[in-house]
Amino acid sequence: MQDLKLKANENRGLHQLESGKDLYGWDEVTQGSVLPSFEGDASKIAHLKAEERDYSNYNSYTATVASWRVKKPVFNIDVCIDCQNCWVWCPDSSILSRDKQMLGIDYDHCKGCEVCVEVCPTNPKSLLMFGENEDLETALSQWPEKKKKEK
Amino acid sequence: MAITSIKNLKEFSTNNDRFEGAHTLCPGCAHSMIVRELMNCTDDNLVISANTGCLEVSTAVYPFTSWDTSWIHIGFENAATSVTAAQVMHSVRKKKGTLKDNDAPVKFVAFGGDGSTFDIGFQWLSGAMERGHDFTYICLDNENYANTGGQRSSATPIGATTSTAQAGTHSYGKKEKKKDIVAIMAAHGAPYVAQLAPNKWKSMAKGFQKALETEGPCFINTVSPCCTEWKFDPKDTIGITDLATDSLMFPIYEIIDGHELNILYRPKNLLKVEDYLGAQGRYKHLFKPENKHVIEKIQSDIDKNWEMLQRREEARI
Repeated sequence: MQDLKLKANENRGLHQLESGKDLYGWDEVTQGSVLPSFEGDASKIAHLKAEERDYSNYNSYTATVASWRVKKPVFNIDVCIDCQNCWVWCPDSSILSRDKQMLGIDYDHCKGCEVCVEVCPTNPKSLLMFGENEDLETALSQWPEKKKKEK
Repeated sequence: MAITSIKNLKEFSTNNDRFEGAHTLCPGCAHSMIVRELMNCTDDNLVISANTGCLEVSTAVYPFTSWDTSWIHIGFENAATSVTAAQVMHSVRKKKGTLKDNDAPVKFVAFGGDGSTFDIGFQWLSGAMERGHDFTYICLDNENYANTGGQRSSATPIGATTSTAQAGTHSYGKKEKKKDIVAIMAAHGAPYVAQLAPNKWKSMAKGFQKALETEGPCFINTVSPCCTEWKFDPKDTIGITDLATDSLMFPIYEIIDGHELNILYRPKNLLKVEDYLGAQGRYKHLFKPENKHVIEKIQSDIDKNWEMLQRREEARI
């Protein structure tokens, strides 16, 4: 397995996503606010990968919604054919894909919706749902065999 | 314009996401699939404006923002107005040469839900289309006011139960037909109008690129299944969209310059509308014997609409 830590920015998932930590009265609320997504110049952001970007603390990339999840998807690199179906349909930008290869799942932003498992075309599926507390090695050891075509 | 390659999914996946995770949209929501696809189909800088709706409240939970581009939110109805104002300011400053980078390409996009597009922001959208600014308006059509608890909007189709048009002993849900927003926008004479669906990612990306390339106001209606209010399992989002496009509940087509209609997807196995209705909890009551006539009406409306689209495609008028 490839080292996934290399493909993530060090700022990923630092904060719990909670709003209203400091509550204000209706007459104390400011009329508008500007939240910069990045520190410094952000005009060339479309050409930078996540690990090369300088995220500010206002960017939700630095937050995590991992606590929403009851089940988590587990990725098996041995079965994957890199079709990128999961990447295009993931609603939470949680599929880590670099150089046309699927590398793994961003567990800080995944909400466990199971869309990636549904759209996976391989036999057996290369993404399957397991309990949140299951560790990856046990999950991979329980992977089902290839199903024969039913006639 | 720097268009990114959409030859196949592998090429497409080399793009760098500019819509970040940890927004608070429901798991399995199609809104973020559509937004990600739009932001991945171009390398240009984007100025995005969003109407109030699920997308706005979930992607800007103070003090966080999920947008890596310029993003504006003001009122429920003002996405079209604010983005056109930004576009005019940009073009004036470009002429004067007072921009930081005068040659950097910038595209202007507005997002609205169906409530703010079909009902509340309709006048503002119509005005912006008439004034002919260079922008793209994308409607994320989930057929109700999902953000506030699933009230009926004028995009809700006949027969669906919503919190303000409930099915029960005296009613079968909403009794009025859905507004044909694509035809209305085409009647404004917009250079590019389309209806697209996220399950056909390629036609969707092509449509987005065409709309961004085209100078002038473009309108795109996208189907965005809502697992909370349509009442289906979050994992089936793409499956439900497949059923919607294959039963022709949402035909995928484009209209160029208000008259040239092209059908972008013809289902190989045409499904009956029962398959689409039966997969969702909001249509459950239609399968009672006394409501059978509603399903027949929906099916006959779909058949008529498909016939009309095919004839318009042939006639080119």
